[in-house]
Amino acid sequence: MILLVALRKEILEQARSYRLLIVSLVFLLFGLTSPLLAKLAPEFIKMLPQGEEMARLIPAPTVADAVGQYVKNISQFAVLLAVLMGMGAVAQEKDKGTAALMLSKPLPRWAFLLAKFGALSATFLAGTALAAIGGYYYTAVLFQAPDIVGWLALNGLLLLLTLVYVAVTLLCSTASRSMVVAGGLAFGALLLLVMLSSLPVVGDYTPSALLGWGSLLVTGTGRAAWGALWMSLGLIAASLLASWVVFERQEL
Amino acid sequence: MEAIRIEGLTKTYGSVRALDGLTLTVEPGSVFGFLGPNGAGKTTTIRILTGLAKPTGGRAWVAGVEAGKDDARRRVGYLPEEPSFYPWMTPREYLDHVGRVFGMAAPERKARTAELLEQVGLAEVARRRIGGFSRGMRQRLGMAQALVNRPEVLLLDEPVSALDPAGRKEALELIERLRGGCTVFMSTHILADVERVCDSVGIVARGRLVTEAPRHELVQRYAVPAFVLEADNGSAGRLPGWAAGLRDLPWVESVTCSGATARVVVRDVERAKRELPPSLHSAGVVLVHYEMVRPSLEDVFLRLVTEGGEER
Repeated sequence: MILLVALRKEILEQARSYRLLIVSLVFLLFGLTSPLLAKLAPEFIKMLPQGEEMARLIPAPTVADAVGQYVKNISQFAVLLAVLMGMGAVAQEKDKGTAALMLSKPLPRWAFLLAKFGALSATFLAGTALAAIGGYYYTAVLFQAPDIVGWLALNGLLLLLTLVYVAVTLLCSTASRSMVVAGGLAFGALLLLVMLSSLPVVGDYTPSALLGWGSLLVTGTGRAAWGALWMSLGLIAASLLASWVVFERQEL
Repeated sequence: MEAIRIEGLTKTYGSVRALDGLTLTVEPGSVFGFLGPNGAGKTTTIRILTGLAKPTGGRAWVAGVEAGKDDARRRVGYLPEEPSFYPWMTPREYLDHVGRVFGMAAPERKARTAELLEQVGLAEVARRRIGGFSRGMRQRLGMAQALVNRPEVLLLDEPVSALDPAGRKEALELIERLRGGCTVFMSTHILADVERVCDSVGIVARGRLVTEAPRHELVQRYAVPAFVLEADNGSAGRLPGWAAGLRDLPWVESVTCSGATARVVVRDVERAKRELPPSLHSAGVVLVHYEMVRPSLEDVFLRLVTEGGEER
């Protein structure tokens, strides 16, 4: 019950502070334009000096290109927005004193944190849903309709990847009192995960491996990454647990 | 059962000892003034009572429940020195949210919100965003949010320091109205406010309780009589020289000068009555006003705090 009270406030804040709108618009924009960019890539190349010859060498764009463009764009902006939206979530409330006022009342700290994660998840769920609808529609119009189940699974994995960064950023925001420090720590964690993803074997277990799996589910190219799935879920759970432990020890 | 019980509370921040074995009790239904200079440990004490900070040593209870426990937070209202709110909310929404946190039903929340907004004078701006509020308006909203749950103990940290004279008067009247209904624990360094609303006073300095007593008893116990005089403009310049000579006399406690006025706190009233007027005459000070005044809480406070807190 108390979690619902805290969640209600957080969701209201996502809407009133235009975070929900911004995320929705950015996701929708990239959902719509990704297949379009894939379709128009040869035309762009033609505009370059000696582009006509180069364009003739490139095969005609396919659904796989549209999906690849979609995955690349959405994942990059989702991770960036996850850090930007999450870095002030706790740090700013601690800094301004709003957290102290609310937590002097019978609002448990776990509910305070979980509500923030829940609201950010809802925001990114809405954004991903809009991107998925827009991307599916344009891909169907410009190429051919992708497999609907595969498309849904791809977007589910994209959302999971985003939530990993939301949870890690929330931990950074909880651990620091300043939004800037929280952002710095979150970008540091982001870089670390990106570096790990390029390592052989280890890379298969990082959240980035979910993207390849997502592409496989739609286009048939790529590898299943169950290890990355469990690792992502584990990272989310561990980050939230660590946030709670850190927050319980803090004085406000 | 005491409304607040604090036993040997200590709190250190690195090498700084904010609280140094603070012990005090507050009786239910009283308005308790927690008085002390800046850095004395007032805010730290209140933060521990709310559960926002943990003591290094000692224990504290609020309304019979150990401070920081969930049940204690249900019984307490808290107003920090500079309350912060969600700027995108309206005061009505904020109070409603606080009511939800306390598990109040919708009709009760609605009625309590309207009642409190009226009480603190924010009813007319109930639909405006808090982000545009002045400091005084935020302070009044802070008072309202502290009262949502009809607390048994109300913890106020410098509740009127940010308010203009009219706002201060209203806030103090509100605190006075709460007397008997709930226990008010109010930290402040404004002595006039304590004199006006508090019936008990605890003076804290360097993290320790210097003294704790009903206000009138405190004044009688510690304050020594003072003489206030005002020189005419022509001779006001002679006051500092006269005061410097007076300070060495054994029957004089302290002499403070401000412009054309001086305040002399004495140890021996009879001797002061005999010797003060001639000393002024000798110094060439022409008086326009001269009287022996009732000892004030300010005199007690300054004396106890400057003495270093060895008395109880």
